[in-house]
Amino acid sequence: MEFFHKQTNFPFMATRKVWYTLSVVLMITSFALLYFRGLNLAIDFTGGVTAQASFSQAPNVDAVRSKLEQAGFRDPQVQLSGSSRDVAIRLPPTGQNVNEIRAKLEEALKSVDASAQLSNPDVRGPQVGGELKTSAIWALSFTLVLIFLYLAFRFHTWRLSFGAILAVLHDPILVLGWFALSQTPFDLAVVAAILAVVGYSLNDTVVVFDRIRERFESNRRLQPDIALDQSINQTLSRTIMTKVVTSIVVVALLILGGAALKGFSEALMIGILAGTYSSIYISSAIALDCGLTAEHIFPTVKKTAVDHLP
Amino acid sequence: MLEYARWKYILVSLVLVIALVFALPNVFGSDLALTVATKDHTDVTQDGAKSVEDFLKSKSIPFKGADIEGGRLIVRFDTVAQQYQARDAVAEQFKDKYISALYYAPRTPAFLRKLGLRPMSLGLDLRGGLSLLYQVDINSAVTQLLDGYAQDARKVLAAAKIPYKDVSQVAVDSDRPNAVRVVLAPEADVDAARKALAQTFQDTKVSTESLASGSAITAALTPAQIRQRQDYAIQQNITTLRNRVNELGVSEPSVTRQGLDRINVELPGVLNSAEVKDLLGRTATLEFRMNDETHSATEAKLTGRVPLGSKLYTNTRMGVPILLKREVIATGDQLTSATSSSGQEGPQVDIKLDSRAGDAMLKATRANVGHHMGVVLIEKRRETIDVDGKKVTRDVTDEQVINDATIQGVFGNQFRIVGLGAGEARDLALLLRSGSLATVIYLVQEQAIGPQLGAKNIASGVLALEIGMAGVFLFMALYYKVFGLIADLVLLANVVLLTALLSMMHATLSLPGIAGILLTVGMAVDANVLIYERIREELRKGVSPQAAIRAGFEKAFSAIADSNITTLIAGVVLWVFGTGPIRNFAIVLTLGIATSMFTALMGSRAVITLLYGGRRKVAHLPI
Repeated sequence: MEFFHKQTNFPFMATRKVWYTLSVVLMITSFALLYFRGLNLAIDFTGGVTAQASFSQAPNVDAVRSKLEQAGFRDPQVQLSGSSRDVAIRLPPTGQNVNEIRAKLEEALKSVDASAQLSNPDVRGPQVGGELKTSAIWALSFTLVLIFLYLAFRFHTWRLSFGAILAVLHDPILVLGWFALSQTPFDLAVVAAILAVVGYSLNDTVVVFDRIRERFESNRRLQPDIALDQSINQTLSRTIMTKVVTSIVVVALLILGGAALKGFSEALMIGILAGTYSSIYISSAIALDCGLTAEHIFPTVKKTAVDHLP
Repeated sequence: MLEYARWKYILVSLVLVIALVFALPNVFGSDLALTVATKDHTDVTQDGAKSVEDFLKSKSIPFKGADIEGGRLIVRFDTVAQQYQARDAVAEQFKDKYISALYYAPRTPAFLRKLGLRPMSLGLDLRGGLSLLYQVDINSAVTQLLDGYAQDARKVLAAAKIPYKDVSQVAVDSDRPNAVRVVLAPEADVDAARKALAQTFQDTKVSTESLASGSAITAALTPAQIRQRQDYAIQQNITTLRNRVNELGVSEPSVTRQGLDRINVELPGVLNSAEVKDLLGRTATLEFRMNDETHSATEAKLTGRVPLGSKLYTNTRMGVPILLKREVIATGDQLTSATSSSGQEGPQVDIKLDSRAGDAMLKATRANVGHHMGVVLIEKRRETIDVDGKKVTRDVTDEQVINDATIQGVFGNQFRIVGLGAGEARDLALLLRSGSLATVIYLVQEQAIGPQLGAKNIASGVLALEIGMAGVFLFMALYYKVFGLIADLVLLANVVLLTALLSMMHATLSLPGIAGILLTVGMAVDANVLIYERIREELRKGVSPQAAIRAGFEKAFSAIADSNITTLIAGVVLWVFGTGPIRNFAIVLTLGIATSMFTALMGSRAVITLLYGGRRKVAHLPI
């Protein structure tokens, strides 16, 4: 079995302006969504309280909410979860300690229905989430710098590094945009998935780069855009194959993984799609538009040192 | 001709065998269980085990088995309901004797356990439990140090007969106090004072300045000293928390530092958080002081005039106010042991002091037989109150005189405190024994994950992974035929290798870790795909099968190496800088890249060469 029996020869680079436009539109949309709609941040980041309660008969969600408000909780979110008798409660951060919260919650719920059973509330301080965010951003920035340097060292040019970094930034932004659009809860597992997406995207990009290096090595006079087209076409069956295989696992997780893995598998799915596209149209095309030539990867050794000899 | 060095075959086989051994414990799975340990940290006896088993039988709670392991009794169950029922029943029946905790008991056979082989432990998100994040008040650790410095400064100046107006803590180029400032009296010899202080505080930066109030000498801590002090406070608190956690009898607890000033406590299987938090977070210490019997405490309370050199305590267990002398004979941190027992006068705490405190106690009791000595319990906590609708947190120190007894005879480093309730005596002994916290800690985050949710997470996650992997295996075999099967084999070896490494490192597997495994599997597949696509490409060019294999591996190498190293960079950085879930992901990813590179490049090469290498003529490759 093979996807392509013959070597494909799609003119990828010729149409790059169209794809740039698409990328820019998608990025702007993502930023707009993030700005205007925002992420549905899970308790991991916002801090606050979550708890589950089960009732002997289906409760009136609005009644539960108003009882919680009467008990002094601001903006309680009450939703049915799982069955009609189970509700999930989410409260913004409070200064109270867990025992106080538990006691007050229990009292309020019992006043709705004496049979109400409350799970252990999960209480998070808001500052922890904030610090997690900063430390993640720092770690990510540092990673990007190191990757930039490593690629520049391996391929002797900043142009490819620059393309790779743009591609790596492109994919998570689209994933974030998707989470702003779908309002799927954004928790720590999603962060892990985004990190994996960055990994996949880098992997793809570097494989194409490796082929570009090889194309230039075999023919230094090759037109850059032709060399890039050839490289992408020659690695195309590998790109598709790898994506299909990883997608099999991710789709299985998406369908069977349950609620805990929903955000995680969604992020991976969107990220893999975005990554495939960005490794073709962002990383390579940007390098081309930065003026990449064979000369950058294989600089001609100047013989001036010899000429100086008498 | 296609060849592969013999040592490489040996290396690949050896690594695989070792990996299989280390990964083996993970195959057996685990049972829902209850651990039962004695409260006084002695091993559970056969008789003790039998009494628990008989009790469970009498309550008709079915269990699969009960064995003593490492001094603890482990009772295994079939269902969560039975496990819970048993926990509640055992806790109720044996509350004075045993501590019990929920546990996932690995089914690892005894011979593997004896070799020290253990399965990977599962994170709290997968097995359920309680996660507590404490904040350490590191600034008060510095203030405490400065208090000591200020006291020393007063002593030194007094000894050198240098008059001074004031000794206080000040902030130098900082928004927190980091220095001690001595303002000298006008007649004082500034140089002599400076010399005396510089000699005492050799490691600080001592400077002289002229203030409106007079000449002043400032001894400032260096940033390194402040950091050292803060680190010390955190380390000491971690030790204390670890001691307290061990007292709880929880299996596989973890107490780790997180970031600059946080301590993370993870207690698998624990769900009753109130009691745990109360014990962990308490900052209790004792002070032993002589009673001021020459003045009336009631009068002092009424008039508000407390005699010089004494302190008035209104919160006492006896219900009447007490005046105690300011001079402290001994404190709780000079304690070497504290145990609770039952004596003639009811529950009591038997205390042993170190030699210095023992000497002080001996001196004090010798001079004061027939007089009263008070025991003060000091606890620090933080509370949140409403001030004009705004939440304000403040630190509160509760001081209570728990005991005021006549000194019956002269004693030194061994004595007992009586007049406590049974539970009180036990808790006090525990708190004193585990040491006091160097500085106050505050709970900033608490998360309880029910084991049912954990079990559900595992079940659905594992099912999805299994089906996904099966799909991958099938697809690879369809697409690359025999070579696909080889890739499947290599992928499997990669998972075994990764599992072995994680088990060896006693790493914890949580949801982000599973994300890491997924990425690793993706990378491993990719490495194989890269090689096979290259081989196909070479074959299309008309190269002979064996040459195509060799060229495939050689040409794919740079792509595999560069892409893996790039991802490895990300993995290592996140490992070093990340915390919690990100770190967990990074550990798995970093190890996974190493194993997948090894299996894809060396493992699959070995298998392929074995099948198609050597001198045999290969006309066609099933790829």
